[in-house]
Amino acid sequence: MTPLLEVRDVSFSYHTMEGETKALSHISFSAENGQFIALVGPSGCGKSTLLNLLSGLTEPESGTVLLNGRPISRSAARIGYMFQRDCLLEWRSILSNAALGLEIQGRLTEETESELKAMLETYGLGGFSHSRPSELSGGMRQRAALIRTLALKPDLLLLDEPFSALDYQTRLAVCDDICSILRQNRKNAVLVTHDLSEAISAADRILILSSRPGRLKAEIPLYFSGETSPIRRRNMPEFSSYFNLVWKEMNEDDTLSS
Amino acid sequence: MTRSPLKLLRRSSPSLSQASLSQAQQAYLAKELRSRRQTLFLQRMLFLLLLALWELGVLCGVIDGFIFSSPSRVLLCFASMAGNGSVFLHTGVTLFETLLSFLITTLLSLMLAVLLWSSPRIAQVLEPYLVLLNSLPKSALAPLLIVWLGASLKAVVVSAVSVALFSSVMALYTSFVSTDPELIRLIRSLGGGRKEILLKILLPSSVSVIISTMKVSIGLCLVGVIIGEFLAADSGLGYLIIYGQQTFFMDQVVTSIAILCLISSLFYRGISLLERKTARRGGSR
Repeated sequence: MTPLLEVRDVSFSYHTMEGETKALSHISFSAENGQFIALVGPSGCGKSTLLNLLSGLTEPESGTVLLNGRPISRSAARIGYMFQRDCLLEWRSILSNAALGLEIQGRLTEETESELKAMLETYGLGGFSHSRPSELSGGMRQRAALIRTLALKPDLLLLDEPFSALDYQTRLAVCDDICSILRQNRKNAVLVTHDLSEAISAADRILILSSRPGRLKAEIPLYFSGETSPIRRRNMPEFSSYFNLVWKEMNEDDTLSS
Repeated sequence: MTRSPLKLLRRSSPSLSQASLSQAQQAYLAKELRSRRQTLFLQRMLFLLLLALWELGVLCGVIDGFIFSSPSRVLLCFASMAGNGSVFLHTGVTLFETLLSFLITTLLSLMLAVLLWSSPRIAQVLEPYLVLLNSLPKSALAPLLIVWLGASLKAVVVSAVSVALFSSVMALYTSFVSTDPELIRLIRSLGGGRKEILLKILLPSSVSVIISTMKVSIGLCLVGVIIGEFLAADSGLGYLIIYGQQTFFMDQVVTSIAILCLISSLFYRGISLLERKTARRGGSR
């Protein structure tokens, strides 16, 4: 069976008049259906660049990214993208913000709109569908942004530090909230974060990137006993041992390789 | 932004006042309201004082009424021009020309700004020309336009558009290119192209810039119209001013200037009204 996502020997550099910056070098990995992957690494290691390549917004300089066995540009698979900021448009109501993707793709029908309303209801935003984004709390805004993404029924969800703009307490709650939603819907997701504990609490597998140019340094599968939510994971004994492991991998031989 | 603070207070107070307000809050509101009323009163008194000084100066012979005119002479002049209807004709001509050139400027500058945004290559190639045209004093072009287009309404409108257009294009284009790149990435990630970026992000997020540009350009259009009328017209307030000056009929010059003051403040208010309306609507879809 072909894996849902396959990254083969991908490299990427940024070019300016001042010179070339190698961002990613020879990255390969693949993801099975239904997996939640977290990408961690020091800041500036090209995590967000990798996510952009996965989304198809940017083409790799060399190597290929395959979705369901086909290059992304020609793949029929749908990709959802969540950004650091919620990017809700202030001149639209929450409902119309959530409908933005459907509207752009010409899929906004009575049926999809009532689905959308049901989703807002399910995720606790039912009473706010006519509010402006500025009237909502940070966590609610991020949830509205998630609904905007999920409304398109993406096969793969890319999360670019979606909680980093929130304060710590909200961040834990929203991460718990959103990761549970994703698990319930059995979504494939790639989460980029610089927060190790966030990665360990949310993912099935952690990929560690080295500092620039980003190479794949280690891959750590996570096993927690039983169905767990991110907040419950933080209290489990496995959590701290995984934390130490990831921490060690991240800091190990950085001096040797660079 | 420019709404009168007094009105703002009046509009917001009924919902707040009465029941729930603490005494300190009530006292604060009363104090604010009083201070704003005083400002308004002083503004009006200053106006009356200046008019009175002017009138008195002429009456006592400190300044020459023939050259400096006076409020009473202006009123008389206005009355006689209103009597034969000429003042309405000339004001109407200037108003029409200004509104027409404002309309053209607004539409044309939006179209040009969208064109520049949609093609970075065109924008790069045209940039030095736009900078040049923007910094050139456009009044220098007016005599040229009049020779080319003849002394007609066309020449007046074109010279007004040329005064207002380039700064308007630059302001809109700058606003377009400084749109939050994250929002553009959002549209792309949702599968949208340039058209969607323009319609869903650029235009709605630029509403306030478009309106503030309109505020500037209606003023510039009026400038352009007056310059055009100075040089090539047989009607309009600009024509009245230049004709009055040539015949040393200063009352007519000052009367026309007073009407111009009224027109420009009316335009400004009109756009402010529009601004308030869009702000209240929150620019919803």
